[in-house]
Amino acid sequence: MSSHAATIRPGPERSDKPSYLTDGHTLKSWLLTVDHKRIAILYLAAITVFFSVGGLLALLIRAELFTPKGDLFDSDTYNKLFTLHGIVMIFFFLIPSIPATLGNFLIPIMIGAKDVAFPKINLLSWYVYMTGGSMAVLVIVLGGVDTGWTLYPPFSSTYSNTNVALTAMAAFVTGFSSILTGLNFMVTIHKMRAPGMTWFRLPLFIWAHYATSLVMLLGTPVIAITVLTMAIERVFHVGIFDPTAGGDPVLFQHMFWFYSHPAVYIMILPGMGVISEVIACFTRKRIFGYAFVAMSSLGIAIIGFIVWGHHMYVTGQSTYADIVFSILTYIVAVPSAIKTFNWTATMYKGSVSMDTPMVYAMCFMGLFLIGGLTGLFCANLGLDVHIHDTYFIVAHFHYVMVGSAMFAYLAGLHFWFPKITGRMYSEGPAKFGAIIIFIGFNLTFFPQFILGYLGMPRRYHFYPEEWQVLNVLSSAGAMTLGAGILLSMLNIGWAIVAGAKASANPWMAKGLEWENASSPPITANFDEAPIVTEEAYNYPAQLPSAAHH
Amino acid sequence: MSDQAHAVPGGVRLAHHFDDLEQQHESAQLGMWAFMLTEIMFFGGLFLCYIVYRNLYPEAWQLASHQLNVLMGGVNTAVLICSSLTMALAIRTAQTGGGRIPQIGWLALTLLFGTAFLVIKTFEYKEKFEHGLIPGPSFIDPSGHAAAVFGAEVRHARIFFSLYFIMTGLHAFHMIVGIGMMFWTMRCSWKGYYTASNYDGLEMFGLYWHFVDIVWIFLFPLLYLLGAHATGGGGHH
Amino acid sequence: MSGHTQHHIVPLRHYIGVFVALIVLTAATYLTALIDMGPLNTPVAMAIAIVKALLVILIFMHVKYSNRLIQTMVIASALWLMIMFGFAGGDYLTRGWISG
Repeated sequence: MSSHAATIRPGPERSDKPSYLTDGHTLKSWLLTVDHKRIAILYLAAITVFFSVGGLLALLIRAELFTPKGDLFDSDTYNKLFTLHGIVMIFFFLIPSIPATLGNFLIPIMIGAKDVAFPKINLLSWYVYMTGGSMAVLVIVLGGVDTGWTLYPPFSSTYSNTNVALTAMAAFVTGFSSILTGLNFMVTIHKMRAPGMTWFRLPLFIWAHYATSLVMLLGTPVIAITVLTMAIERVFHVGIFDPTAGGDPVLFQHMFWFYSHPAVYIMILPGMGVISEVIACFTRKRIFGYAFVAMSSLGIAIIGFIVWGHHMYVTGQSTYADIVFSILTYIVAVPSAIKTFNWTATMYKGSVSMDTPMVYAMCFMGLFLIGGLTGLFCANLGLDVHIHDTYFIVAHFHYVMVGSAMFAYLAGLHFWFPKITGRMYSEGPAKFGAIIIFIGFNLTFFPQFILGYLGMPRRYHFYPEEWQVLNVLSSAGAMTLGAGILLSMLNIGWAIVAGAKASANPWMAKGLEWENASSPPITANFDEAPIVTEEAYNYPAQLPSAAHH
Repeated sequence: MSDQAHAVPGGVRLAHHFDDLEQQHESAQLGMWAFMLTEIMFFGGLFLCYIVYRNLYPEAWQLASHQLNVLMGGVNTAVLICSSLTMALAIRTAQTGGGRIPQIGWLALTLLFGTAFLVIKTFEYKEKFEHGLIPGPSFIDPSGHAAAVFGAEVRHARIFFSLYFIMTGLHAFHMIVGIGMMFWTMRCSWKGYYTASNYDGLEMFGLYWHFVDIVWIFLFPLLYLLGAHATGGGGHH
Repeated sequence: MSGHTQHHIVPLRHYIGVFVALIVLTAATYLTALIDMGPLNTPVAMAIAIVKALLVILIFMHVKYSNRLIQTMVIASALWLMIMFGFAGGDYLTRGWISG
């Protein structure tokens, strides 16, 4: 592809400047840091806690569903379990997961900058996130909330006896951390690129995060005002969405999904960015159709804003609106398909090495295919009436959010682990963990497609006995999934403490973060400000295999 | 990008991670506009509520709008326009190298107009309280004032007043935040931070102030003027 | 980088002119509201408000003299508002089209 001979630089010699990890050891040097890398670590720590809480709630839900009777929890408790699982996982894990950790850490390095455009705002976003997170924890301590994560009125604004207003405010506050992150990313990518780093030399991870930041900026304020309005209605008993007061609850759903559908793309787009990086590295090839993959990120971000009505086919929304939203939903599948096809084409005749990140990436492609295609079933106006609010929907969005977003997150964590920590994890347990997670995941959620198609509604903890076999399979899968994640977390945790030292470029990958920054990077990221002279993924035609450690 | 980048005029601060002042300025400008984009969408959600309910309940909307004080709303519109002018002139003073005293003078005038707006708004809210037009459970009390005024439309009128208070309240909240930031900006101005070559902070604050003005430009006709023609513009009864 | 965006100084008379226009348009909003123009009431009021907002955005907020990126963002924010209003409003507008 390139005219001059491409080479892969092994990365800089160990700098005599302290790495970002050793540049200050006090608690204050962490809590008041403006270094994007340290803020990424702060986010990583907090997100891991919320992920564990959300995962534990999921295991409790599946434990209850082992049997058709409500053995472990009563209905009220069960309602709270799935509500809190949804709220914690969506607002406190999936939305910030990749952007706030890997994005924060990597975006400035990948574009050759010293930091994000607004380092103090970056730190502020973490504190805002922690404030929202503390409110969510307070909700749990005070007895939870039972509306479902969607907070639909009139139940939420009028009838529920749980901590709805506090939950709404937790989502409201956390939204601002997302806005601040998106704002920082957008300005950073526009204004902080190194000399020579043109738009079409950007790694696809950056394109994905650029598209994500647009969704964060344009969508998040709408959910903020929506939940605020709902909370005001609840606290002050004013009429806005309550139908007995003349309000229209469907209007809430319009506003809610104007954000919450694009929010799905906040969760998945950064993951797609990770997958592009991983596939390029472990096939030693430039991503096939680079420009198409880059533009498909923008396409998803933009079209993703005009499909939200597909959540509302059975609400009494106008049939004409249904038809328009349905067509647009089919169209948004096109850019997603472009990505999947191009990743696959990249692997064709590539030098594929199955290291742990690549294993996760392969899992991602298969699971995203299933998640995406079942989304088209749901987009169908007729079929959706049958599967709406059943386990089919639950399975579909878990294939996208867990099977895709979480797998991409794990792929990215493993891929950039040596860069972030300066150490290497054990490949064996990591790969084993990935396979356990893959098996557990499919065992959990594939039976749910069948259950949903048979008519099992979501959000109930009683079910007819003939569905027990599939439910037991699903619950057993959840336990396996939990064990696999625990294994991977322990492996990573052990590597942080005792992993072998990693070189600057252990995968022999292209990219400024590998070729120009040490592992772990110094506080200013680079000893010398990089100047970019080549396109992204400019792998040599002669293929050196990845040299570990 | 260039070596002389860090040689910047006195009083101006270049953050460590920027190459030069131009990059710093463009980043600040873009960031501020991105923030205002989120503000537009934030208020946009409320305007959507307004559009939907106004089209569902046009009669209630007209009756309820008629209860608002057009004079106070109109005066407030003028007050905000004045404050936008003085804000623009404060920035122009910095641009043209005017010293800190004229800068602070224009900012103080802006502050005065901003405060006047809030004072008038407070009187308006007080009036609504006295007339029982606060959208709570008591609003639809059959023996209350609102029920007498709106009759069968009282529930729908309550939605109007809910939106009126949320929209103007959120706008007033932005004004209060703006006034808080005004003191900070005046302090920076007093310290001589804003010169002809760098007045980023002042410029960004100005953008915020103008944005809040624009929100009001839309709120005034949408909330206050719907019932005006019904009675030949008597405004408040 | 284009430069000079920061240093464009708007002539004083432009500011005064915009100010006068804003006051006049505010009066016009009020006066037109006194006349019942039927279905035109709201479009006229909104047209005046949009002109006022544009004056503030273009002159007071210097967007007329800003770079293409800023101008794009202003247009994008208006566009996204229209997307929200249009698609949500479209539902309400067409609900009655099919009976039963």
